[in-house]
Amino acid sequence: MNPYLPHDAVIVDRVQESTTIFTLRLAFSDPVQQKRYAFAPGQFNMVYLHGVGEVAISIISDPERESLYDHTIRVVGRVTRGLAQLKKGDHLGIRGPFGRGWPLLEGEGRDVMIVTGGLGCAPVVAVINYILHRRERFGRLTIMQGVKHAEDLLWRSRYEAWARMPNTQVIIAADAAGKNWPWHVGRVTDLFDQVALDPGNTVAMMCGPEGMMRAVVGNLLGRGMSADDIYLSMERNMQCAVGHCGHCQFGPHFICKDGPVFSYREVQPLLGEAGF
Amino acid sequence: MIRSRGSFGHEQGCMTQLQHMAREGLQQLIDALRDRGYRCIGPKVKDGAIVFDTVESAEEFPRGIRDQQEPGRYALTESSEDKYFDWANGPQALRPLTFAPQETLWKVQRDGGGKLTFREVAPAMPPTAVIGARACDVAALKIHDQVFLERDPADPYYAARRKALFVVAVNCSSPASTCFCASTGDGPHVSSGFDMALTELDDGFTVQLASDAAQSIAAALPLVDATDEQHFAVGHQRSEAIRAQTRSVPGRNLRQALFDNLHHGRWKDVAERCLSCGNCTSVCPTCFCHREEQDARLEGDAADHVRMWDSCFTREHSYMHGFVLRETTAQRYRQWLTHKFGSWHDQFGRSGCVGCGRCIAWCPVGIDVTEELQHICGEGSSESIPSP
Ligand code: SF4
Ligand code: SF4
Ligand code: FES
Repeated sequence: MNPYLPHDAVIVDRVQESTTIFTLRLAFSDPVQQKRYAFAPGQFNMVYLHGVGEVAISIISDPERESLYDHTIRVVGRVTRGLAQLKKGDHLGIRGPFGRGWPLLEGEGRDVMIVTGGLGCAPVVAVINYILHRRERFGRLTIMQGVKHAEDLLWRSRYEAWARMPNTQVIIAADAAGKNWPWHVGRVTDLFDQVALDPGNTVAMMCGPEGMMRAVVGNLLGRGMSADDIYLSMERNMQCAVGHCGHCQFGPHFICKDGPVFSYREVQPLLGEAGF
Repeated sequence: MIRSRGSFGHEQGCMTQLQHMAREGLQQLIDALRDRGYRCIGPKVKDGAIVFDTVESAEEFPRGIRDQQEPGRYALTESSEDKYFDWANGPQALRPLTFAPQETLWKVQRDGGGKLTFREVAPAMPPTAVIGARACDVAALKIHDQVFLERDPADPYYAARRKALFVVAVNCSSPASTCFCASTGDGPHVSSGFDMALTELDDGFTVQLASDAAQSIAAALPLVDATDEQHFAVGHQRSEAIRAQTRSVPGRNLRQALFDNLHHGRWKDVAERCLSCGNCTSVCPTCFCHREEQDARLEGDAADHVRMWDSCFTREHSYMHGFVLRETTAQRYRQWLTHKFGSWHDQFGRSGCVGCGRCIAWCPVGIDVTEELQHICGEGSSESIPSP
């Protein structure tokens, strides 16, 4: 099979999540292909907009749902701007899934801590959903989300619902917030002492701006977690998604293939080094 | 020092007895390849440089010509020797043959209902024999095999071209001043990765056959067993070609030394000279970066998806929604060097440099990688400045 060749997929549903973020629910037009399609949370697809080009987007739906898959997309460039114009019933091209996803098997039987920063951090939503649908397989779940402005918090009602789940703690912070903000104003990292962390029995998974991830890693290491139990989802320019085009290199790693999820130990030498 | 006969053949991975053919045999080789359906590509002089192009006759080869290469300079001159291969190399190795500078990967058609049909465009590469590949060219080809073929998934476009290629290597007798393949371990003689290897001596060529395809071509050639003197001459030529090389890398694995010196003052220094033009990456036979684009000529509801060589010296190479990761020339030059000579070891188990010297000669301002590496990785190289 040619890994460069996309396949036709149709938009089954479309949800506008915020002014710049939308979710496309997709299915391959070929039902056999849809049935065969299998992915893991944290993996991504290359999404092709006709006549414009491709962009790497993480898959956020549940891997065991066979009939369709979801992409939550933020408008950031030419391709995503065009994708935002598409409607239910429109077609696009998909190839994937690519990359290495979250270490969910390693997480089973242990506590899971999820930290995200920035806007609509889709890669970890896949993990949260995955864990909540298999709640008994995991220990304590802590979800920490930091945003700049209160109105950037996507899926506010979902966070509220997650907070009511057993053995689940949700910690949210906004750098700037108005009156009706029930959570913290400031950095999410301010709230670390609210987290009951069992350092030897926790897997941490995070995505968002690298500066934020580094701050969180520093805290977790300080509290005794191992660099092997902390996982980050990385992003770089991607063209091919199969380790051939060279764009996504991060030192020794091809993020598209060796990642996008890495343990902190793997990326530590260059994380925060400007220009890599 | 010249070693005795016997060590040469084995050292060079010779799979058969070394043979010999007269100088006129070159034309017979071209004819034999063409008879068996190969398109022949060989060295030719074009616009003042040696380039690989279609050849029908040995007459077209740059006989009696030498190349003068210096940092930032390439010129052809007359040679005192009447040889076909008395030169080192030209601006391009075999890379354009197997990894096209630009090619269509697939075509897409949208029907009335909006449905997209994607059609793969398989490369049309006729069986191709390239005559005159240098040891560095063959080493670079082996590196691209690692990049495009020996990983999962393989690149079907590269694979199709690679399969069509028959390699006639010619060992180097006359390295340019910019060559340093002896220090990278890739030359001046080939050791593996070819079908047939020639060494041009005063009285013709010695011939090594390394594949079944080569054996079958050899049947049409006027080959005789090489004499002791000819064996000796091959070894002598090899040691002379090594001796002639004045440049070298400060070590075969500079990974640690480079990553230990990410803030070395030399990055800034070289960035003041570097034009960030990307010439080095476009002549380097091992660079594999490419980008994908849609052909803007959207004819009706059809479009072509094209890929083309790219360079880490462009802004777009490190573009990420809204910002450029490597804004400065220092960062780009550091990416080029730390990848080629550093992280390449992690990725492919060797350095990404085969010592061909092209990036030195074809750099418009004459930046010399070996010199930069010497400053950054050589002794006393830990002088530190803020991040580039
Ligand atoms: S880095 Fe320079 S000398 Fe080394 S293989 Fe590339 S072009 Fe040749
Ligand atoms: S990153 Fe730069 S040095 Fe490395 S393969 Fe790509 S263009 Fe060549
Ligand atoms: S996206 Fe091409 S190598 Fe990773």
